[in-house]
Amino acid sequence: MITTDILIIGAGPTGLFTVFEAGLLKLKCHLIDALPQPGGQCSEIYPKKPIYDIPAYPEILAGDLTQKLIEQSKQFEPGFTLGERAETIEKQENETFIVTTNKGTKHQTKIVAIAGGLGSFEPRKPLIPNIADFEDKGVEYIIKEPELYRDKKVVISGGGDSALDWAIFLSNIASEVTLIHRRNEFRGALDSVEKVQELKNLGKIRLITPAEVRGVLGTDKVTGVAVEKKGEDSFIVDADHFIPLFGLSPKLGPIGNWGLSIEKNAIKVDTFDYQTNIPGVYAIGDVNTYPGKLKLILCGFHEATLMCQSAYKRIFPNKKYVMKYTTVGGVDGFDGTRKEAPKAVVKAIE
Amino acid sequence: MQDINIKITDRNGATHDVVAPTDMAMNLMEIVRSYELAEEGTIGICGGMAMCASCQCYVTSDHSLPEISDDEDAMLAEAFHVEDNSRLGCQIQMTPEINGLEVILAPES
Repeated sequence: MITTDILIIGAGPTGLFTVFEAGLLKLKCHLIDALPQPGGQCSEIYPKKPIYDIPAYPEILAGDLTQKLIEQSKQFEPGFTLGERAETIEKQENETFIVTTNKGTKHQTKIVAIAGGLGSFEPRKPLIPNIADFEDKGVEYIIKEPELYRDKKVVISGGGDSALDWAIFLSNIASEVTLIHRRNEFRGALDSVEKVQELKNLGKIRLITPAEVRGVLGTDKVTGVAVEKKGEDSFIVDADHFIPLFGLSPKLGPIGNWGLSIEKNAIKVDTFDYQTNIPGVYAIGDVNTYPGKLKLILCGFHEATLMCQSAYKRIFPNKKYVMKYTTVGGVDGFDGTRKEAPKAVVKAIE
Repeated sequence: MQDINIKITDRNGATHDVVAPTDMAMNLMEIVRSYELAEEGTIGICGGMAMCASCQCYVTSDHSLPEISDDEDAMLAEAFHVEDNSRLGCQIQMTPEINGLEVILAPES
């Protein structure tokens, strides 16, 4: 069982900054995120896009912002449960909560801070009528264990970076890799497109474009896919695995069943401290809603800051505290580091 | 600056006549959100960068729209429910030239 003061669900910018603000109050944080890396949308959807409205940064790439937030929070030694989705919450008699992920990892916490953005990222599933029958029987939307594909026949569909990158990677592992895309053009990084072209020329990747997978074949497990190529009769490609990679889309998911007040796919909070209708459970950043809400990273930072003050009072109802400026008080990391302003030098003039 | 009229059929099939400003650098996805014609969290997920296709719509009137950019084209190549008249709402800017535009929002996917 992982234990912490504040369990943050969602490791996007708001969740990461919460670690810092909580750290100033000597509260320890642990983060859960469905994605395998921190950063949320900033690292998953648009790491190379610039953001212009982060105070004091006239321009910063979303990926760089994530890195800086990680760097800033590091001194407070946050724990991470990545690649897992928060599934259930149970309130204990001692007022703590136990949050369990889809993989069964349990977290005991005094405070829950939901910073889940638009929800957990789930794969977008192509509209193939019988595809659901083959999930985990040869159809995978996310590649978790590349070794699964050793010496197997693999069909990948999609035209973005992940389709290209995995086609390249699996060409060294699988016995056959077929990449199917609706267009002749690919959206991925130029390097990846050129690499796929090279592997195609070497006969290591079979490319079928412009084409679409229309059906999955097999009885107990996948044996092939039915492919429709423009201007040709549909045909079958033998396959042990079919991996559709059409990106991820956020879904509020299981959090929607936690008994929280939900409005417009977002969690209603009190703007006093961003607490939800369940005492001890807060919602901050894009995942919450209140009159006048703006889904901006900078608003998430503000919400995280106020939320941490409230969390402190909830955990230590009788312990006094006033907010301190970091310039005055410095920052004491849980890792033993201390940052502080240089002391003034007093020297007489002779 | 001139306001324009747009006809938007939502995902439930209801058609709405809306007025859109042309001087606020707004796009069609933002117009849909400002009139709350699609549930929040189901449209404009990427914020309008042609990176998610949640604002896909079908253009049913005979307007000549700006050409599809490479970004938009590539995103549509990976989207679902795509038709010949599919566009991404976030890439259609509100300009006087598109006064009277008619669109149908594509299903959520």
